[in-house]
Amino acid sequence: MIPGTDGKVVAAMSGGVDSAVAAALLVREGLPVVGITLRVWPSLRPVQADARFDSCCSPAAVEDARGVAAQLGIPHYVLNYEAEFDREVIQYFTDAYLAGETPNPCVPCNSRLKFGSLLTRARGWGAERVATGHYARIQRDPGTGRYQLRRAVDSRKDQSYFLYILTQEQLAAARFPVGHLTKEETRRIAGELGLAVAGKPDSQEICFAPGDYRAYLRQRVGDALVPGTIRDTGGAVRGRHPGVAFYTVGQRRGLGIGGHEALYVIDLDPATNEVIVGQDRDLWTREVDLERVNLIAIEALTAPRRVLAKIRYAQAPAPATMIPLAADAVRLCFEEPQRAVAPGQAAVCYDANDPDLVVGGGTIRRKGGISNRQ
Amino acid sequence: MRVYLDHNATTPLHPEVLAAMLPYLTHRFGNASSLHAWGQEARSAVERARTTVARALGSGDKDTLVFTAGGTEADNLALQGVAAAAQARGRHLILSAVEHHAVLHAAAHLARRGFEVTHLLVDGQGLLDPDELRRAIRPDTILVSLMHGNNETGVLFPVAEAGRICRERGVPLHTDAVQSFGKLPVDVEALGVSLLSLSAHKLGGPKGVGALFVRRGTDMQPLLHGGAQERSRRAGTENVAGAVGFARATELMLQEQAGAARRLRDLRDRLEGGLMAALAGVLRNGHPGQRLPHATSLAFAGVEADSLVLALDLEGIAASSGAACSSGSVELSHVLTAMGLPQERVAGSVRFSLGRDTTPDEIEYVLAMLPPIVERMRRVNAGRSAAAGASA
Repeated sequence: MIPGTDGKVVAAMSGGVDSAVAAALLVREGLPVVGITLRVWPSLRPVQADARFDSCCSPAAVEDARGVAAQLGIPHYVLNYEAEFDREVIQYFTDAYLAGETPNPCVPCNSRLKFGSLLTRARGWGAERVATGHYARIQRDPGTGRYQLRRAVDSRKDQSYFLYILTQEQLAAARFPVGHLTKEETRRIAGELGLAVAGKPDSQEICFAPGDYRAYLRQRVGDALVPGTIRDTGGAVRGRHPGVAFYTVGQRRGLGIGGHEALYVIDLDPATNEVIVGQDRDLWTREVDLERVNLIAIEALTAPRRVLAKIRYAQAPAPATMIPLAADAVRLCFEEPQRAVAPGQAAVCYDANDPDLVVGGGTIRRKGGISNRQ
Repeated sequence: MRVYLDHNATTPLHPEVLAAMLPYLTHRFGNASSLHAWGQEARSAVERARTTVARALGSGDKDTLVFTAGGTEADNLALQGVAAAAQARGRHLILSAVEHHAVLHAAAHLARRGFEVTHLLVDGQGLLDPDELRRAIRPDTILVSLMHGNNETGVLFPVAEAGRICRERGVPLHTDAVQSFGKLPVDVEALGVSLLSLSAHKLGGPKGVGALFVRRGTDMQPLLHGGAQERSRRAGTENVAGAVGFARATELMLQEQAGAARRLRDLRDRLEGGLMAALAGVLRNGHPGQRLPHATSLAFAGVEADSLVLALDLEGIAASSGAACSSGSVELSHVLTAMGLPQERVAGSVRFSLGRDTTPDEIEYVLAMLPPIVERMRRVNAGRSAAAGASA
């Protein structure tokens, strides 16, 4: 017999309460659980001196995870993921901003690290599954046999948006034990188990760039920031900017433009290195094109499909139609115009009749341009 | 079954060592510097221990031995102490690129304070060419530090020859014998060294005690200032129980040494041979003959060492990917990198180090468990690469 094929589950433990309870629930199920913390620090220090060092996967968080594993009586290991995190998450993050896009770094962290290389390693250890503290649910569709991704029971904490990228193979191997719980229930269980992290505050920010991401960019890729021109939709020069990376579509502050009218960033042109500003009405659009699309509920999109879609995490899904464009590209036609659609962000589509069910999602493409970034 | 093959990290405390220490942790609690009977009892225990360890090194003069809080302090005392005493004469030090971090980082600390450090390179088998040392010594060289047996590969350096070269040139030679002491005869006269570092917990003694041999006439400043303990070379109340334990571990080691080396070599060779026969793509790091008998560093193609060490731990087997490190995570080995080995080979290298408690059954257990784990890891990694290739 090959050693170690005994239903082991690897629990990715960030040091927070959700992944701690996820691991605890697996232990309660009687499964052999191996706790893993990916150490993505400390070579990357937050810029601000007062920045929180207890954010996900920080040195303090590693110690928290170790303590929880000891309380649960499970083996726990810390893996050095500095180089991999740098390559797969931070590089993606900075590249996107430098190209005038607004990235979701949690997406590649899920697909390439937790359910990428960590899942591969887990299989090498004889484990079949990787569990995380994500708020989302996985179900198998009895009809098609496909693994479905569903919104969490706690809709306020739902993280399915950051998981739309997972393939069938990854979903088959993933477990989200707290996806059936509300955050309050999670905290209550942590309290009942006496876990030291029970009262730990939720992390809200980008773990490696807490506070103002612009300061992080300045430190990390300051040399690559190129100042340029701010133009309005009529083509008139309205000012200068220190680099397109500092702007996101919809942004109003920080333009340094005087005058009575309210001006917003409506486009970032990487080819000309220009920030285009306009009025609020210029921010609204019905059509959003997605690239690098991943479909979950269905194998392929062969005909237009009515969905509920959202173009950013903190937004309620809105009715739209998905129209196939190419193998991994779709167009979303919203019934109502959407405001400030930011290229680089994920758009995630839920089933029109079953609004918890993730149909699929993709990366928002800049209008009029086809991103050549991979 | 639980199999501990990480004796280079630390060894279990020998029961007889614990028995020897216990009185000094309980009723014989005196301070060795005190005048009264309690103090005298402690003093005589420390000095007996000093004599035992010094003799084991071939030094008839017990006062050549300075007890420290471990190998790291001994290395730091040697480098920083000699550098501080000799800086008027010169500010150049020579060491190998594969020294323990206690030596490398102590030298780096000196380099930040205006000293110059030359790192001698090793060849692909980890061997050092004494001619490199000959060429590197300068009139302002104040210390040479070359380890005896490497903690990762076990490769032995030609310390005796280096000792002759250094004596000719009038430069003191320090050697870190933390890993070799207990596995090979270590004799300060035969090696011709001025300074030699030891650690008790590598040979069945307690953690937190080590020693530095300092030949008479070697100029050295203390690191720690305070009382006049250790002939004013190391202030601080003597670790009486630690010194007693160190001495008892040394005695036990001397009784066993000759037979133990042969036994460990046979077991180690069985482990190496068995793994190489069972698996393709296993390479030994370091010279096959010129090394310590109890350890091996093996590179497993197509696997990540930290992942393999973790998988082995889940099956109750302790090994190490590179040197143990305080964070519990692993960096690429500077030793294997300095040998010029490709990064993939370094990243796939695991160290197995045997000890007096290692049994043939334990080696057979590892031979049964490890090959299928490596095969599984290779299969999974190959599947992932293929999938990545297909989607790219």
